Amino acid sequence: MAWPFRRKREMPEGLWKVCSGCDKYVYKQQIEEALNCCPECGEHFPLSGYPRIDVTADPDSFDEIASDVISKDVLGFVDGKGPYAKKLKKTRAKSRASDACVVGRARIDGVATILGALDFSFMGGSMGYAVGEKVAIALETALAEELPCVIFSASGGARMHEGALSLMQMAKTSAAVHRFKERGRWPFISVLTHPTTGGVTASFSALGDITLAEPKALIGFAGPRVIENTIRQELPEGFQRSEFLMEKGYIDRIVPRNEMRETLSKLFTLLLPIS
Amino acid sequence: MARSKPGSGLPFEKPIAEALERLAKLRAKHEDGKLDLSEEIAAAELDAQRVTREVFDSLTAIDRVKLARHPDRPLVADYVKAMAEDVVELHGDRGCADDPAILTALCRIGTHRVMVIGHRKGADVKEKMVCRFGMPNPEGYRKAMLKMRLAERFGLPIICLVDTPGAYPGIGAEERGQAWAIAENIQNMTGLRVPVVVAVVGEGGSGGALGIGIGDRVLVMENAYYSVITPEGCAAILWKNADAESTAEAATQLKLTAEHLLRLGIVDEIVSEPLGGAHRDRAAAAGSLSAAICRALDELTRVPTDVLLEHRYQKFRSIGRHLMETTTASVPGV
Repeated sequence: MAWPFRRKREMPEGLWKVCSGCDKYVYKQQIEEALNCCPECGEHFPLSGYPRIDVTADPDSFDEIASDVISKDVLGFVDGKGPYAKKLKKTRAKSRASDACVVGRARIDGVATILGALDFSFMGGSMGYAVGEKVAIALETALAEELPCVIFSASGGARMHEGALSLMQMAKTSAAVHRFKERGRWPFISVLTHPTTGGVTASFSALGDITLAEPKALIGFAGPRVIENTIRQELPEGFQRSEFLMEKGYIDRIVPRNEMRETLSKLFTLLLPIS
Repeated sequence: MARSKPGSGLPFEKPIAEALERLAKLRAKHEDGKLDLSEEIAAAELDAQRVTREVFDSLTAIDRVKLARHPDRPLVADYVKAMAEDVVELHGDRGCADDPAILTALCRIGTHRVMVIGHRKGADVKEKMVCRFGMPNPEGYRKAMLKMRLAERFGLPIICLVDTPGAYPGIGAEERGQAWAIAENIQNMTGLRVPVVVAVVGEGGSGGALGIGIGDRVLVMENAYYSVITPEGCAAILWKNADAESTAEAATQLKLTAEHLLRLGIVDEIVSEPLGGAHRDRAAAAGSLSAAICRALDELTRVPTDVLLEHRYQKFRSIGRHLMETTTASVPGV
């Protein structure tokens, strides 16, 4: 026997989803229309690389570059679950992307820009050779073509499977930011999204001329569990979230996803050289 | 010679300690003057060398990590004391604090006037606590950058001595922008208009090391390591288990030893240590490091600044490229 209220909850599979922010059932179509945010409470759900480009760039304006840059298992790294080479292959087959970052030329509200996005769904958005190389190429291309550069970060940090080579991507990307700022007059806008931690936060992501963040994103150097294990106490509510970091002075502005394009466009008009 | 107190060595050092003890006993007897034991002593010396070489020929990656953390291993402060003259330590980040986990000092090494920047782990328990075992807070990285700017203004080369398990993971460190402090240092070091020589003398722990780790020449001591994450951290994440076995395996997989780092192109040169490790002969270790630093400085100080900066950019820009763009899946011998 079915309870009357139970019937109300028998939703057709796949059309609805429970929001992780407000626990309400929401239409997937409405989520999509709200740029993958909850239409009820505004919770920002994650976006992988290409979907991030889709909601940020003008329609059909994106032209991917450096798509042939990939990481290889140069160390022959084998962990508890098997070889990294195998994991890379499997992840690539599952994903539309070749690694955890996609970069290219795009227009945002008509303004030509270099746009990049890290993809947390690809091995936690971890930065190995491919991600570091693509970020560096994005900045170098922007410099050469006299364009602004916008990069959305979402990453657990460096990719351990590439050893110290992945650590050196922090050096490579930071050097590229340095050169971009030193030699050009175009802005590098870094957008931090949930979550951005470790070696990605501690390199190019922290080096934007302007640093924006999506609401409630976890942003930090050490992960919350590492800190808890070190200091052996619970972390305060809201610790390492966008709002906390803005209060501490590390973020210029928190921008909800539905205002991102407009904000970027305004920043371009205010910062780009007047021709 | 050996500063090791009995029992303070590592388990794999036991045969070495035993051979050295035999040698010490013979010497003591000989010095009593009743017996001439010179022949026995010579034989025992050779034996100690043989035993040490045997142990060191079969060291695993995790053994090297343990050597890098050896309780008797010389620390940055020891190297500065042994290598440098006219040492004037400078303090403070002019922002909020003086982080003792970063040591900054003006000094002379050989004929060169330099700024030394290094991680300080602390000599005794009290100092170790104050220095958080060599894990800097953001103000430590900012202090380092401030002193590097000072060196740049006066045209002094910068020597960075790296020995840290990593940057400190704490609430205060996050509140004061640990990620930003490290990122700013990495970025700004790529543009310093003076030669920078980096030497990993003990632990090269991830971003905490890299925060003072960008240079024209990167040296690594024979028994130091440099890694994206500690073997323990890596084991906990990828093996879901930080026991001794997984940690040892993680250390192997991370390819973090000096030899691997050289083959991967992460470092430019290995600084050899005395047989048995730097702690067996501290003066020799410091001499070896000092010579390598001076050699690098002799070369780098002759390079015009613009060329130096372009080389530095290309060095870090191209790390790993030759490996990733080859057709073979992995590098022979790595």
